[in-house]
Amino acid sequence: MDKKLTLSKPEHVASNGLLDRRYFLKSSAAYLTAGSSMLMGSISHAQRSYPDYMTLPGAPLSGYGHRSVNEDHVQRYISLTRGTTGAGNSRTPLEKLHGIITPNGLHFERHHSGIPDINPDNHQLLIHGLVERPLVFSMENLMKYPMVSRFQYIECSGNSRPNLASEASDLTCGEIHGMISCCEWTGIPLSTLLAETGINPNAKWVLAEGADAAEMGRSIPIEKALDDTLIAIFQNGEAIRPENGYPLRILLPGYEGNISVKWLQRIKLSDVPLMTRDETSKYTDLQKNGTSEMFTLEMGVKSVIVSPSGKQQLGPHGIYEIRGLAWSGAGTITRVEVSADGGASWTDTLLTEPVMRKSLTQFRIPWEWNGQPAILMSRSYDDQGNRQPTRSEFIQNSGLQVNYHNNMIQSWQVNSEGQVQNVYV
Amino acid sequence: MYTYKNIFVITLLLIGQLALSQTPNLGETPSQEMLSSWDTTIDPLGRGLPDGSGTAEEGQPVFLMKCAACHGLEGEGLINDRLVGGHGTIGSDRAVKTVGSYWPYATTLYDYIRRAMPYINPHSLSDQEVYQLTAYILYMNEIIEADERLDKNNLANIEMPNRLNFFSYEYELP
Ligand code: HEC
Repeated sequence: MDKKLTLSKPEHVASNGLLDRRYFLKSSAAYLTAGSSMLMGSISHAQRSYPDYMTLPGAPLSGYGHRSVNEDHVQRYISLTRGTTGAGNSRTPLEKLHGIITPNGLHFERHHSGIPDINPDNHQLLIHGLVERPLVFSMENLMKYPMVSRFQYIECSGNSRPNLASEASDLTCGEIHGMISCCEWTGIPLSTLLAETGINPNAKWVLAEGADAAEMGRSIPIEKALDDTLIAIFQNGEAIRPENGYPLRILLPGYEGNISVKWLQRIKLSDVPLMTRDETSKYTDLQKNGTSEMFTLEMGVKSVIVSPSGKQQLGPHGIYEIRGLAWSGAGTITRVEVSADGGASWTDTLLTEPVMRKSLTQFRIPWEWNGQPAILMSRSYDDQGNRQPTRSEFIQNSGLQVNYHNNMIQSWQVNSEGQVQNVYV
Repeated sequence: MYTYKNIFVITLLLIGQLALSQTPNLGETPSQEMLSSWDTTIDPLGRGLPDGSGTAEEGQPVFLMKCAACHGLEGEGLINDRLVGGHGTIGSDRAVKTVGSYWPYATTLYDYIRRAMPYINPHSLSDQEVYQLTAYILYMNEIIEADERLDKNNLANIEMPNRLNFFSYEYELP
């Protein structure tokens, strides 16, 4: 975290150091003025000692670029299903990224039987069942279709599960909440292909099945299939990465990630949900009374402060930027508030443009830390009238046994030494 | 005279028509062979179940050879998921979800084993073996008898103990 210059006098807007969300905007204008007058000053003529890379020409051009080796420590957090190398999940290190787009190499993963090695020349997409004409598409033909691009997040419904344990564990933001990522996805609206197959009026569900070794499948309500569902082929401008479904996946904006089936090979229209293993044994919400709700597909309104966050260490006293991400499966984020005193007082943050439907939205607010202990929290609101619940509201409504759809408010405790830790409030 | 609303509706219709006539229509008619070999879907009503049959007695040796190494000799769980027991724990503080205690449909068990198991060698079992293994796992969970023969006509009728505890507020379930 960078310590910032204090130029204008900070105005406190909520207790425990929270400042006017526009404070940095005002300060940078002041800094610019100061900077330009400094340029007028005298110029030193001492000989600069140049680093090696400035005394020889640099590295050659390359066909495909890679990040700096100095950034190699920015890695996904991997957690494997016992006894396997390809089942399990890897989570996005949210606290090490800026902005709303997840780089392709850091998009979270969740596989049930590893990543298939698919040659697109041999891959086909079959659409059949309750259609008027079953059709099969080659990748080559799909590439000729008109496509649309959308910025959408994908969140696993098991995201944030560590905070469903009865004791708070000392983890980073990405370890707890990193099963969410956001990309620009480009592909063909499923409705285009279904217009070509025709739809039998009895069709109510759409099975999507992958070409992985587990042929994982999920049932999609037909209204969603005809609404904003995409057959995605590109991720942030390039072909979808193998671990995200190469050569194509289905993408259901705002719905739990598991239903956005990767390596899509087959779509079957049906009059009933297929009741696959991943919509019965898994991804069903166990209630406190022992019943289980099925097909709770939409992800809730949620936010998390990514900086400062778990296991980070603040530097010297002074002004910091609190920075985070917010999203809602129901629509668009309208507001994110932050508290520095464990929820006693709240103030609005600044939402960074662009703010898009079912996408990640970035929020930020300056905060003055002078060694006082603090508990940082954020809560988000969407345009459908939803507000992110507190931990106790979530437990009241869903209980800790629910296992999925945890969107409770995250609390990060900052102690007087500046150590940041996951806590329950 | 057109109102704005009418113009809007007509425009939408036109766009719809254009979109339809402009879609490339590059799908091909799949062969009957593709349709039947790719369509492995089994629904909760039992539609899609293949021919063949099996009993728990027949399933035991197959399970010991192909499944027990990961799931335990009696399906009690070893490296991987426990498949047996946990009855009466759902709704308590320590829910143990297994095929017997949790799963709502027996058809799901057939469908899942056929597509995904054994983990290291999926799509290697015959339809007959899948019936036998399904029967054996249901038998270990005390849902059917050792000699009860399962096939496409009776698998969907098996009453799973936790079936009625599943619900949906939004969707009609079969
Ligand atoms: C090499 C280890 C291994 C072997 C052998 C194996 N499995 Fe599995 N099994 C797994 C893993 C791993 C999973 C979990 C996969 C996942 O997370 O999607 C699993 C999951 C299952 C499940 C779902 C459990 C649940 O509650 O959702 C069933 C049922 C199952 N296996 C049955 C079988 C049967 C029947 C066989 C023998 C034909 C078998 N397995 C052989 C590793 C194995």
